[in-house]
Amino acid sequence: MTTMVRLEGVSKSFTLHLRGGVVIDAVHDLSLTAKAGECVALGGPSGAGKSSALKMIYGNYRIDGGSVRIRHDGSEVEMAGADPRVIMAIRARTLGYVSQFLRVIPRVPAIDIVAEAAADRGGDREAARDEAARLLTLLNIPERLWALPPATFSGGEQQRVNVARGFAARRPVLLLDEPTASLDAANKQVVVDLITEKKQAGVAIIGIFHDAEIRSAVADDVVEIAAVSQKEAA
Amino acid sequence: MTMQTTGYNFAYLDEQTKRMIRRAILKAIAIPGYQVPFASREMPMPYGWGTGGVQVTAAILGHSDVLKVIDQGSDDTTNAVSIRKFFGKVAGVATTTKTAEATIIQTRHRIPEAPLREDQTLVYQVPIPEPLRFLEPRETETRTMHALAEYGLMHVKLYEDIARHGHIATTYAYPVEVAGRYVTDPSPTPKFDNPKMDMCAALQLFGAGREKRIYAIPPYTPVRSLDFEDHPFAVQQFAEPCALCAARGVYLDEVILDDRGKRMFVCSDTDHCEERRAAGHHGAMLDTAPQAIAGTR
Amino acid sequence: MTDEPLLRARGLTKHYGERIGCADVSFDLYEGEVLAIVGESGSGKSTLLGLLANELPATAGEVLYRMRDGIVRDIASLSEPERRLLARTDWGYVRQDSREGLRMRVSAGANVGERLMALGERRYAGIRETALTWLDRVEIARNRIDDRPTDFSGGMRQRLQIARNLVTNPRLVFMDEPTSGLDVSVQARLLDLVRGLVADLGLAIVIVTHDLAVARLLSHRIVVMRRGRVVETGLTDQVLDDPRDAYSQLLVSSVLAA
Repeated sequence: MTTMVRLEGVSKSFTLHLRGGVVIDAVHDLSLTAKAGECVALGGPSGAGKSSALKMIYGNYRIDGGSVRIRHDGSEVEMAGADPRVIMAIRARTLGYVSQFLRVIPRVPAIDIVAEAAADRGGDREAARDEAARLLTLLNIPERLWALPPATFSGGEQQRVNVARGFAARRPVLLLDEPTASLDAANKQVVVDLITEKKQAGVAIIGIFHDAEIRSAVADDVVEIAAVSQKEAA
Repeated sequence: MTMQTTGYNFAYLDEQTKRMIRRAILKAIAIPGYQVPFASREMPMPYGWGTGGVQVTAAILGHSDVLKVIDQGSDDTTNAVSIRKFFGKVAGVATTTKTAEATIIQTRHRIPEAPLREDQTLVYQVPIPEPLRFLEPRETETRTMHALAEYGLMHVKLYEDIARHGHIATTYAYPVEVAGRYVTDPSPTPKFDNPKMDMCAALQLFGAGREKRIYAIPPYTPVRSLDFEDHPFAVQQFAEPCALCAARGVYLDEVILDDRGKRMFVCSDTDHCEERRAAGHHGAMLDTAPQAIAGTR
Repeated sequence: MTDEPLLRARGLTKHYGERIGCADVSFDLYEGEVLAIVGESGSGKSTLLGLLANELPATAGEVLYRMRDGIVRDIASLSEPERRLLARTDWGYVRQDSREGLRMRVSAGANVGERLMALGERRYAGIRETALTWLDRVEIARNRIDDRPTDFSGGMRQRLQIARNLVTNPRLVFMDEPTSGLDVSVQARLLDLVRGLVADLGLAIVIVTHDLAVARLLSHRIVVMRRGRVVETGLTDQVLDDPRDAYSQLLVSSVLAA
């Protein structure tokens, strides 16, 4: 299987200028690979830097040391220090990301948010809408809500719309940050099924799963991240 | 010349001032439709009474000229009479009310109905020379727009007319394009007169006293009224002929005869009307109209 | 996406006597890209916008623009007619104060149609049809076409400005604090509209804003300015979620949930 994501010696620290220049090490010397059709779970205690690692892979956090390479349009592209346009192109075609929260776009109906994601690589608008309807149905979003903007939904409903959007996009690499947080058992199982579906479709997945049951159900490999100690700046 | 000028130079203005105005006029003729700034002088009449036109007339007037002055087409209104008398006094030139006899015609609001000749000059009194002023208050900007021939704004004005009234409702000071270049305000003449400006044999000079601008349309210059393809320029049509001289295809004034709605339409150009009546034309109300309107029969 | 930038700023500098308006600003902008310039008032972001839009002469540096014919020109070298033609065809400018961006004394339809008439459109029916299409796109009711902007709300005026600018299909639009002074719900509607237009038309936008939430929602990339200089630049979510510069951190931490 093709290696889709390759991290080598990745590290990240934050310098908090507003707190007298305190340096916080978030991730230290992390290496991992994720192949097509494989799900890699990031493990480790809370605060170990799992979310930071995902955000570096996505290009949301800058990479201070090491290398993050992503297979994009047939070749490996380095994310560390990449030009914003390169990162934008990788996100547009290769990298998907499901965060814990839905950043709502005002006024756009739930079904359109999901359909847009399903259609964003071009193609049939009708098919994209069908896919959006399938995902919203699977995730138990009542049909009467589809035409409404999710800003007014409950937290759980918003999260499910968020998951639907994340899974609607057909990207070869999918990053999942606690996709099942705040979901009930039935919906958790739906997410497990969706992840399995993606794996079968050859998608490489890197995720954070707080829930041990889910993790063991979907993960082919668990990479433990050790907490790094905080250091004061010199 | 010194004989009759007691207290005034010939035609009121001093010779230096006249030379300055003539230079502005020559420049205006050289660049048809372009507004030439000039050092407008105080005249013994208020702004709005034709100070610009009077200065242009004073600068081009010679001893042998015959002057006609019209206001709203009439030779007998206060403004026309006083300007005619002014030049009679300060220049001693002959004056006339007959278009055909005049060499210089100073006008406010009308162009005579009779076709003008090459040996005649028409001098317009202009209140606001800038056709773009309606939408663009900045002088620096309107000058740039003229320099670059950016005249989209004129059509914005016409668009507004159609949007509001269903047709181009501008009936006075209807903007024209002179010699395919400068968009020009024809002064508050009715748009009925716009076609007379096109390829006119006479020299047309425009003077704006308060705004200190002179512009010109040389003889035989193409003058086109702006319009839209689907709302072409059209002049006013009058259903009835002149009630006094039976003329058709001329500009008519409405005259209210009493407070019970009785009215009549008569030639705005009084000289034209009188000439026709003298030639035997007879309008429907010629015999019944009040003396004040029909004049001497 | 084409590989050639639409606009390149190179070492853009503006001095007002001794005072620095902005200093040594460089970036590339591509078609379909939204660039936000953020900073406090007095940070030089409006000066920068003025330089980019060719409304202010630069003290040093240059702005290179790829014209519609594909030829890259230094905008300072354009003649006055070229400059004005560019500004009313291939560029748009949405002003903070709609009274500066609209003609308040003529109808909405004439405001939208003005650029078309300036380019020589002489069919009334065609102008009106195009104006109606654009009113639809910016969500202004068709029956308001003959009303003047003085009768419009703040949000409607800004949407009208957008229609007036986009009618010639410009490739680049400058926006100066387009949402300031609007209610939050009205802001959201406007931003959503702009997002949709960017996606549909592939517009490039340079937007000046002090509102990081606006930058977050609209822009792909961000430039943080302070005292006339760029202190940080990058992907919008990168700069807002992982600000490096001390001032950027202060700016981000001063806003609630940007």
